[in-house]
Amino acid sequence: MTFTDPIYSKARRDDSDRSSVPHDADLRHHRTIAVNRLQAALARLSYRSIIAFGYVLMLAPVAMILVMSFFQDEIVSFPPSGLTFHWYANAFSRSEFARGFLVSAQVALAAMIIGVPLGTAAALALSRSSIAGKGAINTLLLGPLIVPGIVAGTALYLFYLRIENALDRDVVGTFAGLIAAHVLLTIPWTVRVVTASLQGLDRAAEEAAANLGARPWTVFRRITLPMLRPGIVAASMFSFIQSFENLELTLLLVGPGKTTLPVAMLNYLEFRMDPTLAAVATVQIVIVAALMLITDKFVKLSRIV
Amino acid sequence: MGTLSLQGLRKEYGQSVAVERVDIDVGEGELVSLLGPSGCGKTTTLRMVAGFIEPTEGRVVIAGQDVTKMPAYARQTGMVFQSYALFPHMTVAGNVGFGLEMRGVGRAERDRHIMEALKLVQLDHLSERLPRQLSGGQQQRVALARALVINPEVFLLDEPLSNLDAKLRAQVRGEIRALQQRLGLTTLLVTHDQEEALTMSDRLIVMEGGRVRQVGTAEELYENPADAFVADFVGRCNIVKGTIEGSAMRSESGSLLPCRMEGAPANASVLALRPERIAMQPGTDGSGLTARIGAVLYLGAQTEYQLDLDGTVLTAIRPTPQDNDALRHIKTGDTVNISWDPAAARLLPA
Ligand SMILES: Nc1ncnc2c1ncn2[C@@H]1O[C@H](COP(=O)(O)OP(=O)(O)O)[C@@H](O)[C@H]1O
Ligand SMILES: [Mg+2]
Repeated sequence: MTFTDPIYSKARRDDSDRSSVPHDADLRHHRTIAVNRLQAALARLSYRSIIAFGYVLMLAPVAMILVMSFFQDEIVSFPPSGLTFHWYANAFSRSEFARGFLVSAQVALAAMIIGVPLGTAAALALSRSSIAGKGAINTLLLGPLIVPGIVAGTALYLFYLRIENALDRDVVGTFAGLIAAHVLLTIPWTVRVVTASLQGLDRAAEEAAANLGARPWTVFRRITLPMLRPGIVAASMFSFIQSFENLELTLLLVGPGKTTLPVAMLNYLEFRMDPTLAAVATVQIVIVAALMLITDKFVKLSRIV
Repeated sequence: MGTLSLQGLRKEYGQSVAVERVDIDVGEGELVSLLGPSGCGKTTTLRMVAGFIEPTEGRVVIAGQDVTKMPAYARQTGMVFQSYALFPHMTVAGNVGFGLEMRGVGRAERDRHIMEALKLVQLDHLSERLPRQLSGGQQQRVALARALVINPEVFLLDEPLSNLDAKLRAQVRGEIRALQQRLGLTTLLVTHDQEEALTMSDRLIVMEGGRVRQVGTAEELYENPADAFVADFVGRCNIVKGTIEGSAMRSESGSLLPCRMEGAPANASVLALRPERIAMQPGTDGSGLTARIGAVLYLGAQTEYQLDLDGTVLTAIRPTPQDNDALRHIKTGDTVNISWDPAAARLLPA
């Protein structure tokens, strides 16, 4: 409690000029003050503990994984009998993780490269043109955020099977199929992030360019796009991360030799429970966190999410 | 530099009319300002000249060429935006050179023109800065240089001083006017600030509700306002409603106010009297009008008096009285004799 607290300082003042014989009223008065102080302190304490609890709830699993990845014992137990880098060595020596990492990175990169321009175009159309049914289109584009991944994955799987029948060629288990699915993950984020940037963009700068003789395409290329750059960088990072760490949508769509990292981790889990997965996850968390930090340099994430 | 002519310009937004029957001619090297309260259609008019808004009706003619259907990028106008609208990702030099680049001017020549334009606004030492590294006043000058460097036929300014603080505003006002006169720029300036319009313009156009109320020099508008709106908007003015009785006006509260009858329009319904034309004598000698002092506002060189004539309130502005002046010790609640030259009190339509 601070000394500027009015209740507190009042109580102190009352203390100092209290007469030598305390009256009944005086005592009651002091009791009320004490109760008030207690209530205020309790309120503050519970408020802070709720916040702290929230943080612990969010960060505990991450911290646990990080710590566990160094535990020596194959079956995790507290306290560990020792600490080791063994599981990292194991993770790096197992080809399924290295391959999974490569596949995930490739798919995420491709999905980002395809999805971000598409999402940017959609955001531009939605906020700049006067097409009918904007609201409906917007909701549709944000759809993949709302539908549970496993449901969307199943739907895509069935859809792909039909295409396979119709075209008489493989779709499920191919890179193309996987990338197409992941493009769906990148679009909602891109639309959101780029729309936010567009709303903050000074239209007058575009008009000034036109006034100076720039044709519409030149205005877009030389003025609009550079001004949107922070948003587009953020959208790209988000898109990459969304795709890179996706499990549910991907589960049914991967094929032999083209397993993504999260799926490879799930597969490993079916046979063993040792801290190798914690090591892999730690590497994954570090990569995602690094991307987030880079993104945050370009746009304040709190403005978008 | 060319001339600018707006002919029967009209702009509708759905049901509402933003600009109506606007005819404006700006001669070569002339600075004309559009003056009017917020929402009267000034910006809309200016944007129709620049080509950002297509007029519903009427023509825009720049340097003798009808450009009504021409896109903004093909018109030779140089516009300074209220927010300056600098390109945040380009340096000062990049901003100023953009228009030249669009015109296909080569690198070396471009750099020369950029430096010339920046010297004109005394910013040549900051050419490699980014806009966000400049003060508001500097940004504004970059915007000026950027619009001037392309040698436009018409120079367009939308409230160019509204984002500057009061002191800087007075200074930049003079600078822009000097530059405009030196380079002989055909200029259309939009402002809601009468002081800005009065001090900077060759001619003023007073707008209200999307229409032109009056066109004239600062002096013409001040001395000969066409109606009560112009009288009130340009400079300060006492506007008193009433009915004409002989050669005076009977105010709604019953005071009989002398005024000029000759030249009064038939539909005149108000009396317009500038505050500085009202003379005051302390005390009452029974003759003429008497008023009670409602308030005395000391403004330094001048003092403003609120005068109450049995319910009709007038404002008088006098040079602040010196030591030996009879008005020196006048204060709220005193009664004074007031008078004015009847020729100074004009009858105008509302
Ligand atoms: N895009 C628009 N759609 C509908 N009404 C508009 C639009 N732009 C301006 N207006 C209306 O036109 C009138 C004139 O606006 P404007 O030219 O911006 O006034 P000013 O610049 O004199 O303040 C205003 O009543 C304004 O509400
Ligand atoms: Mg305006």
